[in-house]
Amino acid sequence: MIEMDEIDRGLLRALAQDAGASAGALGRKFGLSQPAAWRRIKRLREAGVFTRVKLDLDREALGFGVTVFLGIKLATKGRVSLEDFERAVSAIPEVQTVEHVLGLYDYRLRVVARDIPDFERVLRRRIMTLPGVGNVEANVLLSEERLPGPL
Amino acid sequence: MLDDTDRRILRQYQADPEAGASVIAERAGVTASTMARRLERMQSAGILRGVRGEVNWPALGYAVEVSLRVTLDKTQPRAFDEFIAAARRVPEVIEIQTFLGQVDVRLSVIARDMGHYQQVYRDQVLPLPHIADIEALMHVARVKSDESLPL
Repeated sequence: MIEMDEIDRGLLRALAQDAGASAGALGRKFGLSQPAAWRRIKRLREAGVFTRVKLDLDREALGFGVTVFLGIKLATKGRVSLEDFERAVSAIPEVQTVEHVLGLYDYRLRVVARDIPDFERVLRRRIMTLPGVGNVEANVLLSEERLPGPL
Repeated sequence: MLDDTDRRILRQYQADPEAGASVIAERAGVTASTMARRLERMQSAGILRGVRGEVNWPALGYAVEVSLRVTLDKTQPRAFDEFIAAARRVPEVIEIQTFLGQVDVRLSVIARDMGHYQQVYRDQVLPLPHIADIEALMHVARVKSDESLPL
């Protein structure tokens, strides 16, 4: 596990918000020279502090007005392999994330659609036809915020 | 509005945000200057808000992630606002989402281990205001997490 001091934590927090920020700009913000900032950023990245870097896009402006979270319970555990389900569900373009969870549901999916009729199409044609799908619960996302966490 | 070229650029960019401008331009079949111009326009239109890093919490020693699905006491008119404002102050909460459906609010909570989770849950989550019911899903694995849009 990587050791981090206060400056590393600050850098990580800044990079989480803007992964494209330059070492020069970050150095000025945290009182480091450009090479010193660059070395710290390189060390953090090499330690794998980011799982991935992603674009922050305005979904609605791009025509995706609806995001729905689905809780999925598999109906025939044991008969359908989890790998088959995971492979099939991950291949659906509208499914943005797939999480394997323990509790009331087996999987949690994040699904985007243009509007509610489009969501219904994805649900009926793509999700409900997946191997082993049992109970499905849907919650329409109204708002979301990501927080910096304990950095 | 976006045309096919814009979509092609976004598609290639979101598939591999760290590939470097010239590589992304080549994959999208446009010149580097066309891409720079298009991206700048999408940025000023607010469609492309930036590039975020997703923190790899397990690499920082946070091995546990729990999804808490909260039902609020809606007889309290300010239940949502007060609950969310208080949840924002819990450092281990990394995501807050609100929904239309069975679940009102979902919190993503991270912890170092189960002992730490128990402590966060008892001392910081349960005292949050206006909770009527709370249900936990424990994350086992992320099967798909790219969150890309089907552009």
